[in-house]
Amino acid sequence: MILSVENVSLSFGGVKALQEVSFDVEQHEVRAIIGPNGAGKSSLLNVLNGVYHPQSGRITFKEKTFEDMDPRQAASMGIARTFQNIALFKGMSVLDNIMTGRNLKMGCNFLQQALWLGPARREELAHRHAVEEIIDFLEIEHIRRTPVGRLPYGLQKRVELGRALAAEPELLLLDEPMAGMNLEEKQDMCRFILDVNDHYGTTLVLIEHDMGVVMDISSRVVVLDYGRKIADGVPAEIRRNQKVIDAYLGVAH
Amino acid sequence: MAIDIGTLDTFPKLLLHHARQRGGKPAIREKDLGIWQTWSWHRFADEVRLLACGLAEQGLARGDHIALVGDNRPRLYAAMCAAQCLGAVPVPLYQDAVAAEMAFPIQNAQITHAVAEDQEQVDKLLEILPQCPSLKRIYYDDPRGLRHYRQPEVKSYDSLLDTGRSAAKLDGAFFETEVAKGRGSDSAAMLFTSGTTAAAKGVVLTHHALIDRAKAAADMEKLGDDDVVLAYLPPAWIGQYIFSYAQPFVTGYCICCPESSETVMTDMREVGPTYYFAPPRVLEALLTQVTIRMEDAAAPKRWLYRRFMAVANRVGGALLDGQPVGLLDRLAYFLGDLLVYGPLRNVLGMSRVRVAYTAGEAIGPDLFKFYRSLGINLKQLYGSTETSVFVCIQPDGHVKPDTVGPAVPGVELRFTPERELLIRSPGLFKEYYKNPQATSEAKDREGWFHTGDAGYFDPDGHVKIIDRVKDVGQLADGTLFAPKYLENKLKFFPYIREAVCFGHGRDKVCAFINFDVDAVGNWAEKRNLPYTGYTDLASRDEVYDLIRECIERVNADLAQEPELANSQIHRFLILHKELDADDGELTRTRKVRRRHIAERYEPLVRALYDGSASVHVEAQVKYEDGRTGTFSSDLKVHDAKTFVPAAARKAA
Repeated sequence: MILSVENVSLSFGGVKALQEVSFDVEQHEVRAIIGPNGAGKSSLLNVLNGVYHPQSGRITFKEKTFEDMDPRQAASMGIARTFQNIALFKGMSVLDNIMTGRNLKMGCNFLQQALWLGPARREELAHRHAVEEIIDFLEIEHIRRTPVGRLPYGLQKRVELGRALAAEPELLLLDEPMAGMNLEEKQDMCRFILDVNDHYGTTLVLIEHDMGVVMDISSRVVVLDYGRKIADGVPAEIRRNQKVIDAYLGVAH
Repeated sequence: MAIDIGTLDTFPKLLLHHARQRGGKPAIREKDLGIWQTWSWHRFADEVRLLACGLAEQGLARGDHIALVGDNRPRLYAAMCAAQCLGAVPVPLYQDAVAAEMAFPIQNAQITHAVAEDQEQVDKLLEILPQCPSLKRIYYDDPRGLRHYRQPEVKSYDSLLDTGRSAAKLDGAFFETEVAKGRGSDSAAMLFTSGTTAAAKGVVLTHHALIDRAKAAADMEKLGDDDVVLAYLPPAWIGQYIFSYAQPFVTGYCICCPESSETVMTDMREVGPTYYFAPPRVLEALLTQVTIRMEDAAAPKRWLYRRFMAVANRVGGALLDGQPVGLLDRLAYFLGDLLVYGPLRNVLGMSRVRVAYTAGEAIGPDLFKFYRSLGINLKQLYGSTETSVFVCIQPDGHVKPDTVGPAVPGVELRFTPERELLIRSPGLFKEYYKNPQATSEAKDREGWFHTGDAGYFDPDGHVKIIDRVKDVGQLADGTLFAPKYLENKLKFFPYIREAVCFGHGRDKVCAFINFDVDAVGNWAEKRNLPYTGYTDLASRDEVYDLIRECIERVNADLAQEPELANSQIHRFLILHKELDADDGELTRTRKVRRRHIAERYEPLVRALYDGSASVHVEAQVKYEDGRTGTFSSDLKVHDAKTFVPAAARKAA
């Protein structure tokens, strides 16, 4: 067990985004969170890496329990994420964008960096090596020097995954990694997600709308609806769950 | 200069020679993790030694065949040489072939071992493993994604090196003994022909043939160990084998392997090759890119480009050939070199190119002239897998756009009455593997190789190739019909990617067109024409008009040529899909398979000739993931204007 969430509730004024949500994530699994629009999926992810602070509940990550997380603390403990709306530096190259993912791992101070002293130089080379391995892993050598803003959407998503990987996370949160992609891009992304899981041993939590993808690549699925957890289990169970079917298709009241 | 061969009659012996003579000089570079990593000749020889010992330990014996599947990678080249050290025959396979296409070579050559680049290639080999009982071992270079493979056949390249290391410790002299056993007359490689004409055949080439031809051409071009080559074409193709294996082994020059197939342009700029080969198709794609980018450039730049390209067009080629050029033109060209040609050569990665070749198919005269006028010494050569490439090369200073040059020293040429070119050369192949009938058909008792190409000697003794003997036909009125000649003329337009002309035994010539989706897409964007993709554009009247203008310009040109004036293109249609090697319409080297296309699209050909304005197609399409689907639509057939032949006009 790498992460567990117990009875987390989050509200914005009168809007109850999450109500008493509990679930856990096993080491090395691919855990999916699904649910209709407005079900609270992104809010839950935001709670996990400390962007939102829940009013009640507890989060346990790597055997440490918190009332709420702080984004910086979450990052330094090994939680990285990607965003639903790509949040890259559009004017910077792919290489530089991925390099920013290493910032918490850089030890040299401003003066050393500016003077390009021995340790700063060695550090930079080591980080560059790590970044190049990610570039190789994600097969984006050809766009290494291209400004991110000029890339097609599918590639930008891949770069964002690269930046998250650069932090060498133990837990990687992916917010709709395949939204707006065509079939081929989705297949590529699925392959990369499974490769990340296999190669780096990263635990993954992902939000996704494409049911085919979710059922194919995740080991267990949490289903949210109106801020509540309505189901939790392996894909085959979720597929048969009447509550889930109702939530997606709607029922007559 | 190429080294003195003497007793160095096999590639492994040459390798050891270089390791002694120039051990510290670079042999292979590969861009890995963003940095060019260098293998010196010494390092290369060490790797080969360990691999050879490993492969011997794993049961690879003299006369066995080993498949190499992958892109240009130093380790695959090392494996190629290691196999030769043991007297085994390397069989490089096209890395983009689908699994089923690999089954035949493996069965035919009874391949026992295979070295694959990565998971993709291993998967393909595993897929056909049940049909290929001879295949016992598959080694992979890149371990990514392969950690969980439990098949007993699959092993890593690194494990092979380890095996070799311990074996080499036990028997230190084994390697040298094995290398010394090699003879020039041994088979050095088996390359499968691309299958333009028939089912693939395994062409067996000896060390002697390859080394002899590689050296003859290297001597002619004065290649030396400081030349640099970018290895970017499929290693299974004879040209790549010659330029990135045989010739470096003869001269000691360095080859550079690009990071991936998408980074070739960038890598080429970084490496700055001095010796370069590109089939016309690649040169065409580069020119299309230049044209598109110039269209997008600011007005002053466009003006400069037009202005100075006109100068280059007029005098560039003459300057390169060392012919006299007026002082004013020299000055204008010098200025153009500073402002346009130099920067353009730099963008193309050709600043340092000393010798560049093109071959594989006829090159459009304008395309050829474009590169030469920039000051790039592009020359044509003629050869094939069966001849170890070098049969004809245009010598410096005697370059013509429509010939392939005179014979390279050592080669004898003659033409049959049917105009078929026959060749006798020390570089000829030994045989088609296990196919004595095809061997005796291609190579007669006196040792002449029948090329199947039609042509003649021009007044200067240069060979001019017009087409394949079997493709050269006649129109119904008996005039010459050379489809490839017409297609090449069409393909020079950046908008046209592929053309297929019909006309043999018919009263007029008609054509299928594939446009270039990048160039036409760009053109459509400029005109605010929204479109979804190739198929959508292919149905637009605007695109038909664009293509029609190109065809009419070709017709106007043809009207000037007495023999070909009747070959003007009367009607055409734009195909609903791009011709694809996966559908068998192109060969793996992307040559049009005209007959296959005529059969497959028989109703479309009929529509071209029966005067109908449109034709319904229902086609099976194969998607990249292997599924098939159907496509149905109405294709338009348009007429193109034809011109009165110049000869007839004069007479009237």
